[in-house]
Amino acid sequence: MTTELYTGAEMVVKALSALDVKYVFGYPGGSVLDIYDAIFQQDDFEHILVRHEQAATHMADGYTRATGEVGVVLATSGPGATNCVTGIATAYMDSIPMVVLAGQVATTLIGDDAFQETDIIGCSRPIVKHSFNCRKIEDIPNIIAKAFYIANSGRPGPVVVELPKDLLIPEKKAKFSININVDMRSYNPTVTGHPKQIKKAAKLISEAKKLVVYSGGGIVIANASELLTELVETLKAPITNTLMGLGGISGTHENFIGMLGMHGSLEANKTMANADVILALGARFDDRVTNNVKKFCPNAKIIHVDIDPTSISKTINAHVPIVGLVDIVIQQLLDELKETNYQPNEDALKAWWAQINEWRAAKSFSYVPEEKGAKIKPQHVVESMYRITNGEAYVCSDVGQHQMFAAQYYPFAKPRQWINSGGLGTMGFGLPAAMGVKLAFPDKHVICITGDGSIQMNIQELSTCLQYNLPVVIVTLNNRSLGMVRQWQDMIYGGRHSSSYMESLPNFIKIAEAYGHIGIEINELSELDSKLEEAFAIKNRLVFVDVLVDELEHVYPMQIKTGAIDEMWLKKGVKA
Amino acid sequence: MRRILAILLENEPGSLSRIVGLFSQRAFNIESLTVAPTEDDSLSRITIATRGDDRVLEQILKQVNKLIDVIRVTDLTDREHVERELILIKVLAMNDKSRTEVKRITDIFRGSIIDIGKQIYTIQLTGNADKINAFIETLGNETEIIESVRSGCVGIARGEKALRV
Repeated sequence: MTTELYTGAEMVVKALSALDVKYVFGYPGGSVLDIYDAIFQQDDFEHILVRHEQAATHMADGYTRATGEVGVVLATSGPGATNCVTGIATAYMDSIPMVVLAGQVATTLIGDDAFQETDIIGCSRPIVKHSFNCRKIEDIPNIIAKAFYIANSGRPGPVVVELPKDLLIPEKKAKFSININVDMRSYNPTVTGHPKQIKKAAKLISEAKKLVVYSGGGIVIANASELLTELVETLKAPITNTLMGLGGISGTHENFIGMLGMHGSLEANKTMANADVILALGARFDDRVTNNVKKFCPNAKIIHVDIDPTSISKTINAHVPIVGLVDIVIQQLLDELKETNYQPNEDALKAWWAQINEWRAAKSFSYVPEEKGAKIKPQHVVESMYRITNGEAYVCSDVGQHQMFAAQYYPFAKPRQWINSGGLGTMGFGLPAAMGVKLAFPDKHVICITGDGSIQMNIQELSTCLQYNLPVVIVTLNNRSLGMVRQWQDMIYGGRHSSSYMESLPNFIKIAEAYGHIGIEINELSELDSKLEEAFAIKNRLVFVDVLVDELEHVYPMQIKTGAIDEMWLKKGVKA
Repeated sequence: MRRILAILLENEPGSLSRIVGLFSQRAFNIESLTVAPTEDDSLSRITIATRGDDRVLEQILKQVNKLIDVIRVTDLTDREHVERELILIKVLAMNDKSRTEVKRITDIFRGSIIDIGKQIYTIQLTGNADKINAFIETLGNETEIIESVRSGCVGIARGEKALRV
């Protein structure tokens, strides 16, 4: 009997097929040409050629955030791999499962400063969940299987696999074997909440008079949205979402009190500040949420559910820590509440909601409408997009003011609809992420909401959009400046606009057209809705909508630096 | 306060750099670090002496545990344990008086002279950090220290408690 032998490159491809990969996002180069040759000769998955490796990582990331499937990136050694670093860090901060296959120079050259050699394992060490060096051909399939398993279990994250050139060449072959049911003695994430802790949490919840549910990106990642909604409706409690957790419960649910944190709603931050019990589900008390940790919610007992033990009591001490998968833990909590015949304290709830509704009445997400002939307000653009897309679009954001306006003015009905770089805050994320989403959902509206700063950080991907027919709708809230930087300069730096004005902006319409797409400029308020409708009606071409908005508009409300969570500016010069 | 952590981890390329990287990335302190394969050469054992309050230590333990290669981590200072460090120290021993004195101090500390040059004694000593510090100070008062090297501490729990797979 003869066993078939495979090259390392063929093994990479076979392993990806065995793991049901549909797309690989990448860019070829010297050290990975053997893999590209093997990809050319197979039909199991499609390779998407980007124009810059950073975009490959964001595109894989967007695809993953929308579908839940592990994103796969392929880059060559040296600059190809280092270009991935920002995208890896972006995925790491937001717990996105990703496998990055990075080429490397031949093992005989490693350490010699060879052409296109970089220690990508070293470069990426602080921003990966794990990484692997391959040193033997026959190890390749199981290393890739392990990489997928690690990336997509526990707290998900990016995994880098380094593949030296001499393991991929046609001259070297070995037997192929892969075990996709990975078992590792050193890695066994806790998935079920400790029963004692569940009981403690349920007791605390049943004694609470001012309970608030604070949920984050963990709900989205764990597909725990329905369970969360059931829990909130059982408790009849208010719920706030982090920026990453938006859509975890419907943005129009009556118990939803808005996003919390730096640019969150007044009622969300007030509710947190005055709560006696905070039930934190898949959220990590980020500094953009807590504001000054020393002043954080002094009267609250905190139940903290997270898959990652390091997130618990890292910044804010938890009274009842629960480590586990958030969907499983919510189910455990629901079961426990049922078993103990939980009934919400209706009197306390009534008083609590009366108080919350008072805070709600301040309508902290509101802006002064444009006067006739005045410049378009950026918030207005988001509201119009919401209306035109029936609130059903995938909204992929870049980073800055437009990101906050989108989070505030586009209530997301479902998880995975809102895709943004919340943790790292990566400008240039939006367009490639939107492309990844469009690839997965070609029949849905996919918006890239961006700014005149952010869009220029990966604008070359307009070319990729043409090649693979990815008709996303790009909406640029163009304020001719780096809006969020400028806002801080206005508020904190005495109005000194140091390097925040975008001089020499390109003609975005012509850029879009030069790349083979459609460009639409909107300058007049009167044509905002009609032109946006026109843009969203075009299904088979990418439309780049350049909306010239009021450059003086700031994002409000805004937490006051070093203050408590609910100390906020409501508008210019007005404190809550 | 000073803590001694024992870490059992996969003996894979890059495992040590992940530990060291983690400490610097998160601004944790490393006073000393020792590493070597165990009797099962698929495993390495690291002892780290560090400093921090309870909160920092909790984060250190959790963060180390989170590394994929790490199998177990424990704070030895939580319970009865033994810690030892090795020092090799080279001192001047120019004349009879100083030779006698160095020999006497070495004996008191239960060290041993492991090499003798024309005017140099090299001494080996094990003990906990306090003992080694005292030895260095006492020797230094008597003669000139040419060079020294410390292993950093290794530790193990007393009794039946063990760190194993």
